[in-house]
Amino acid sequence: MNNTTGSQDAGLAIHTEKLNLWYGTFQALFDVDLKIKQGIITSMIGPSGCGKSTFLRSVNRINERLGYVRITGAIDVMGENIYAPGVELVQVRKQIGMVFQRPNPLPISIRENVLFGHRIHNAATKTSKSEADDIVEGALKTVLLWDKVKDRLDTKATGLSLEEQQKLCIARLLPVKPGVLLMDEPCSALDPKGTEAVEELIWELRGQYTILIVTHNMAQARRASEECIFMLMGKVVEHSDTGKMFVTPENKETSDYIEGRYG
Amino acid sequence: MFETTSINKKNITQQKLVRIGLGTMTGILILPVALILGTLIYKGAPMISFEFLFTGPTKGMTAGGIFPALLGTVLLVLVALLASVPLGVAAAIYLSEYAPDNWFTRSINLAIINLAGVPSIVHALFGVGAFVIFFGFGTSILAASLTLAIMTLPVVIVATRESLQAVPMSFREACWNMGATRWQTIRRVVLPNAVTGILTGVILEVSRTAGETAPIMFTGAAFFLPLLPQGVLDQTMALSLHLFVVSTQVPNMPEQLPFGVALVLISMVLLMNSLSIALRMYLRGKKKW
Ligand SMILES: Nc1ncnc2c1ncn2[C@@H]1O[C@H](COP(=O)(O)OP(=O)(O)OP(=O)(O)O)[C@@H](O)[C@H]1O
Ligand SMILES: [Mg+2]
Repeated sequence: MNNTTGSQDAGLAIHTEKLNLWYGTFQALFDVDLKIKQGIITSMIGPSGCGKSTFLRSVNRINERLGYVRITGAIDVMGENIYAPGVELVQVRKQIGMVFQRPNPLPISIRENVLFGHRIHNAATKTSKSEADDIVEGALKTVLLWDKVKDRLDTKATGLSLEEQQKLCIARLLPVKPGVLLMDEPCSALDPKGTEAVEELIWELRGQYTILIVTHNMAQARRASEECIFMLMGKVVEHSDTGKMFVTPENKETSDYIEGRYG
Repeated sequence: MFETTSINKKNITQQKLVRIGLGTMTGILILPVALILGTLIYKGAPMISFEFLFTGPTKGMTAGGIFPALLGTVLLVLVALLASVPLGVAAAIYLSEYAPDNWFTRSINLAIINLAGVPSIVHALFGVGAFVIFFGFGTSILAASLTLAIMTLPVVIVATRESLQAVPMSFREACWNMGATRWQTIRRVVLPNAVTGILTGVILEVSRTAGETAPIMFTGAAFFLPLLPQGVLDQTMALSLHLFVVSTQVPNMPEQLPFGVALVLISMVLLMNSLSIALRMYLRGKKKW
């Protein structure tokens, strides 16, 4: 798939055209055409197994690891085709950060978790202590975690609470300076309080980053996003303003799902 | 309503019988091990002394110590490790982190497991053909160690692969998502978390290597040498072969001596095994995910 979407629209963070994806012979995505705008929060909803994670994973090209995945169509990120022959995988991943359902901090100190991305991309130059301190402080402040952990930066990140771990997982993406943050059900492992805290954080990041968040929580989609995408069986059914989708959905499937008539 | 019923009673007797039966089986299993160890310690312990460990055999091996054999075994194991650990770890990293999951990789994995089941005498013959004759190392430490290395390679590969695969996929995904290359991920996250497991495998290899006789008999170990080896192309004595020799090949052998040799050999192996178990327990205790 070397074709681009053709459009060089700078206002689009993610632009896919006729994106099809197969796991072996099973087709998980069907002709997905999406235009996800820069700088806003877009949520993605749909019943289990409709391909939300699959979509996210093809945007940062992590699906390819599986030998049996086949993709056709085009995906542009920030106006560039990420499947073009000359594209460096490392650069794609740098540009696109991903947050997972289960917080996955590395089993190293909090400080080193935040610095990990910075270190691997600046392996040749030595980062001074003060520079590293600034990076850690900046990233942790952005995710509203600094005050809680500033006195134990050298303890293992795996000892934090799930909420703190998830915030840390967001924080460690920031020093790499991604343009797009993909979040796959980032709150589903958290309790209501943690969910609220992480949602608040996501809202804070709005504007600085383009955020695409998958959620099963209708209230969350409604509260925390500006545009909303509804997927069903590997297809995009509706993509519109969140307010509009929840009040006057265009499709019957959408309203059925929103009102809880699907699993 | 809580009294025993007749069905209940039957179950209880059954339970007792099963417990006794299984317990007896276990006892029968432990008995020979206890007997062997007991005899070895009873008869061999009086032999052990500084002299015994650190001097060479005298009077046609019927007196003196075992130093050349002890040193020989250590050398054989060390050289074998130098060959098999880098090779085995590299192969395991490739198989677990890089190789695509297809029939070819799967058949390689199967071959490795089968290699572990090849009898050691077959490895010995391979060693003679390959290292002694074809590569021209002669009967030497090098040839014997390489033979041992080939023989224990599967242990290293399997242990390494298992400890690599025990590192959660989510750690790798976390790294890849920050733009780390595969190698950066392996070096900074996967290996540090797998290293204790790899070490366990390596130690197990050591203990197995130390006890082997067949693979070194034709490739580099000698019955008796008046001098210590000067380099890897020399032959050497070895504990396992020495035990065989003093127990069966030398007339007028004092009864205690072979027990002393056996005790030293088995202590080495047990020490290594306990080290590996301790390491594994330490690892399990430390693991946080
Ligand atoms: N690695 C895989 N191999 C084969 N099939 C897969 C794989 N991952 C996902 N699928 C299939 O693709 C379809 C879409 O899966 P996906 O995980 O994208 O759904 P989802 O919308 O994220 O669901 P959920 O809400 O449960 O997370 C499902 O039918 C799933 O069974
Ligand atoms: Mg999913």
